[in-house]
Amino acid sequence: MRITTTVNGAVHEVDDVWPGESLLYMLRERMGLPGSKNACEQGECGSCTVYLDGEPVCSCLVAAGQAIGREVTTVEGLATEGQLHPVQEAFLECGAVQCGFCTPGLLVAAHDLLARVPDPSDLEIREALAGNLCRCTGYEKILDAVRSAARRQAEA
Amino acid sequence: MDFLQPTSWTDALAARAERPDAVAIAGGTDVMVDLNFDRRRPGALLDLGRVPELREWAAEDGWVRLGAGVPYSRIIEELAIQLPGLAMASRTVGSPQIRIRATVGGNLGSASPAGDAHPPLLAAGAVVEVQSAARGARRIPAEEFYTGVKRNALAPDELIAAVLVPTAAGPQQFCKVGTRNAMVIAVSAFACALHPDRKTVGTGIGSAAPTPRRAPDAEDFLAGELQAAGLWDSRGRLPEELARAFGERVAAAASPIDDVRGSAAYRRHSLSVMARRAVTWAWNDLREAA
Amino acid sequence: MSTEAGTRTTTTTQPSGRVGDSPLRPDGTLKVTGEFAYASDLWHDDMVWGVTLRSPHPHARIRGIDIAEALTVPGVIAVLTADDVPGENAVGLEHADQPVLASEFVRYEGEPVALVAADHPETARRAAQRIHVEYEVLPAVTDPRRAMDDDAPAVHQPGNLVRHLTLRRGDPDATAPVVVSLDFEVGMQDQAFLGPESGLAVPAEDGGVDLYVATQWLHVDQRQMCLALGMPKELVRLHLAGVGGAFGGREDLSVHVHASMLALRTGRPVKMSYGREESFFGHVHRHPAWMTYEFGAERDGTLVYARARTVLDGGAYASSTAAVVGNAGTLGLGPYRIPNVAVDAYGVFTNNPPCGAMRGFGCVQAAYAHEALMDELAEAVGLDPVAIRQLNGMREGDTNITGQVIDSAAPVAELLQIVRDMPMPPPADTSDIRSRPGAVGNTTHGEGVVRGVGYAVTYKNVGFSEGFDDYSTARVRLEMTGGEAVATVHTAAAEVGQGLITVEQQICRTELGVERVVVHPKNTAVGSGGSTSASRQTYVTGGAVKAACEAVRAVVLERAALSLGRPANELRLDGGKIVGSSGEVLVGLGEVLGEDAVEETVEYRHRPTHAIDPETGQGDAHVQFAFSAHRAVVDVDVELGLVKVVALDTAQDVGKAINPDAVVGQIQGGSAQGMGLALMEEIVVTDGHVRNPSFTDYLIPTILDMPPMQVKVLEYADPHAPYGVRGVGEPPTISSGPAVAAAVRAAAGKPLRRVPIRPEHITGT
Repeated sequence: MRITTTVNGAVHEVDDVWPGESLLYMLRERMGLPGSKNACEQGECGSCTVYLDGEPVCSCLVAAGQAIGREVTTVEGLATEGQLHPVQEAFLECGAVQCGFCTPGLLVAAHDLLARVPDPSDLEIREALAGNLCRCTGYEKILDAVRSAARRQAEA
Repeated sequence: MDFLQPTSWTDALAARAERPDAVAIAGGTDVMVDLNFDRRRPGALLDLGRVPELREWAAEDGWVRLGAGVPYSRIIEELAIQLPGLAMASRTVGSPQIRIRATVGGNLGSASPAGDAHPPLLAAGAVVEVQSAARGARRIPAEEFYTGVKRNALAPDELIAAVLVPTAAGPQQFCKVGTRNAMVIAVSAFACALHPDRKTVGTGIGSAAPTPRRAPDAEDFLAGELQAAGLWDSRGRLPEELARAFGERVAAAASPIDDVRGSAAYRRHSLSVMARRAVTWAWNDLREAA
Repeated sequence: MSTEAGTRTTTTTQPSGRVGDSPLRPDGTLKVTGEFAYASDLWHDDMVWGVTLRSPHPHARIRGIDIAEALTVPGVIAVLTADDVPGENAVGLEHADQPVLASEFVRYEGEPVALVAADHPETARRAAQRIHVEYEVLPAVTDPRRAMDDDAPAVHQPGNLVRHLTLRRGDPDATAPVVVSLDFEVGMQDQAFLGPESGLAVPAEDGGVDLYVATQWLHVDQRQMCLALGMPKELVRLHLAGVGGAFGGREDLSVHVHASMLALRTGRPVKMSYGREESFFGHVHRHPAWMTYEFGAERDGTLVYARARTVLDGGAYASSTAAVVGNAGTLGLGPYRIPNVAVDAYGVFTNNPPCGAMRGFGCVQAAYAHEALMDELAEAVGLDPVAIRQLNGMREGDTNITGQVIDSAAPVAELLQIVRDMPMPPPADTSDIRSRPGAVGNTTHGEGVVRGVGYAVTYKNVGFSEGFDDYSTARVRLEMTGGEAVATVHTAAAEVGQGLITVEQQICRTELGVERVVVHPKNTAVGSGGSTSASRQTYVTGGAVKAACEAVRAVVLERAALSLGRPANELRLDGGKIVGSSGEVLVGLGEVLGEDAVEETVEYRHRPTHAIDPETGQGDAHVQFAFSAHRAVVDVDVELGLVKVVALDTAQDVGKAINPDAVVGQIQGGSAQGMGLALMEEIVVTDGHVRNPSFTDYLIPTILDMPPMQVKVLEYADPHAPYGVRGVGEPPTISSGPAVAAAVRAAAGKPLRRVPIRPEHITGT
């Protein structure tokens, strides 16, 4: 099947998509956007989190066809004109990135949280990011990064 | 595999009738797992995500008519007052990313005994509205909807349109045990609803039987004891022994199994504890409201 | 696709940072923009997909394999079986006992049997289902405690014993006035790295293959691949692709030979990427353990003797079981002074999933037993858990149970004191549902909640032990590029997320006095960097980089000395210049180097270790020990058995923190993995079948499960190690779990002799 969708502001048209494919597979293997990660294929790890029409979703659980005509934003779309988003800067500088496989999904989830709740409490951060597994950091530096990003956004 | 994407309820029902080999998909949080793990290769996917009727809810005559495609995130935000039990359960569904996509209709369609929405629907006395192009709509009480492990009363040509849930007339509670503190499938779950207007009690048990089920003996027992003690009217303190006996009856209603998530004995035990605590909290809420 | 194989990780940094600083990771920007190329992101023109057909049986004889129908599936390019293995059909980390593809027998559920290459992964999966394998199911050995019985079926000939370590010291029959004992069982933990196994094999014009793969040790992979492919190492070239975590689970081969076989057969680049379910079958796990321990002590709590019997389930193939047994034996009684010892540690073959390396490597299992028993002893003699450990804790200069002298810091008592003195968390917070056991599950509003506190301490060997020739190679090049002095560091040591590349840069900056350090892509074009495991890379590869820098520096300073007419030992490199002993700039590096590059390649070895005596287990088996202590504070809903860890505080001696922020990151992450085993992580295996190969039922801690962690880092330099470093990565994974378990026991008032502790263990239902 043919799928036309807008990803990171650009219209993509891909052909020969198998209808059982996920949005994640389509992004990674057909659109040249491997930033979103495939780590569990069942919505348990959050590594594939992308925005679908402005809402953070697990792209492994969205059928490719469900994205037809929708707007998708991936980790590759968070930076603007080469300038990292404050959430990206904070993750980098706070040591929230080790192996980094969870990072793309966490960035989108944290980006969404701070867009809705500019100054979240620690418990709000924890509940909002509970769907994003990290195996390297123990999450402390991820919390640091989200707090830091909130401050950066407030100052911006 | 084909991909069917109706944009109206009428077209969706037509597609359902034409393609018995199609699997309906809404939020995708169950169906896509089966596809990704190579457990299922249906002839077609019937995407219900573009059927606007399914994504609406409305209050009608003491009921909330909840479109099958309303995601859990909206139930939490929009229906915490009207449907508190369901809203509490919704907050325990997966992760934020899952709650934005997953729907009560999906839970009903999958009919997993572990589905988080089932216990509060049972406790509240919800009714499932299903429809086919050929025969129109019919309404099935939730407790009759679940027919077996991951089986439900839906006919092959039917789709779930909505679930009708009575607006809460009293306090409701939901408890769910999992082996970690977030994003977990229920080891066991319990919902209760006090209906002070009718002087009845509703219950729902999850993950502790082949299907979600009520605990009718426990419901009748508690309602009767409350009546006998005049507590429905006096709103006096709920005797601890009564709460305990209620919990034991809830546990007795379960038919749990041992599996990787928990033992049958623990499931039964945890139900008795959850039921005792939940009914106590609900009763205390009722007293405070008085 | 935007990423081409082989064009990544040439990383150049701007931020300065020397040893002791915490510069940013050079790959960090790529990782936050999504551009970092993990193994699963690789793509190549004309690429096809490979999939693996695996055994559904834990033990069976293969009667026949019929691939004819699979070959007819449109889009299928190749179907391979054991008959197609070009070299020896045997691989293995320590012993080549595992077939590349099963030929006569399958010995565990999930063992690879056949391979398919096709133009789409779905096509390959469908075709794999059309391979018909006729199995004769055989009785399976699934209880490791019965594996050594005479009547147990043999998984391998001559029998099911992989290693029996005997350790005797002092009087093994010693007696004591106070005796405590216990049995303890540890379930099978998974590394659960986030990035599943993946690799891209590209056939080359010279008949060889280039494999881009996520791994922990390129050269040990290469050695096995050469044998299996029947090719010299010049033709088997490995390149490290981006690694999404490892934790021991990538020490054994996964897609390596399979993808290469398919690539060589088809002449096409072949990508193989496991999904999560396959990943659970595609790598080794942490050994489950059954342990019987006994301590004898004086009435004041001073240990007189210890006896231990440990059985580790190695599963179907040897992997690193022998070395895990070595650790479980030689380190299995913890960081305590014990004069009389009798330890027997066994590793056995079964038809369960193969087990091997995972962070903590044999010490994790043992620590649960010795720390639970130490708490028993404390209670028996009326001491608190910290005091009993301080009383018996090792000190520098002590001799451990293999007779090895601890020849650098052993601050057991101090580490315990630090964690005891750390501020306690506030009392149980029942105001917010998310702070309670069960969190949004809404299972308690305070009812049944009891707080518990637990302590644990550990020591762990750093680097490979028991006489292994453990070394790393580093090539460092210094040259002028665009008027700037640039160092390039090339090692094959795997960066798996821990930050080795940052450390390599820091060492080069420190030793060569240059700002700009390029980390060359990791590959087999340079000598082995050894394994990224055993907490060894900063020590051993760091030592190699330091030594290579020193060699480069010596050449440069010698040249400068000649031209300046001053002795080389009065010169230093700093800021891209040659400076004198008082820091005065004498000449720019560019004037000394000109167009030349100075390049040196050095192999670095830590002090040798030695095999232990086969009868007594005595010997200097290890080169370095790393110590850590944890204090856990938990709120337990004792009626429902649900646990909320509210604090997990730790102190650790790291010798010298090369990168303090990264050190803390290792400690926090390691602590989380330890906690996971204590409370939730277990691969459940019934009759040889894995029942929960998914992240739905194999649970790892979420951010809502982890508490805030106070971390105190001590830096008692090891005089024998470069910069005084001590390995960091593993100790936190060892001491955190037993501390959590102790805290849960304290709250629940139950012995709880098995981890993970499940709710039904706490409630007794």
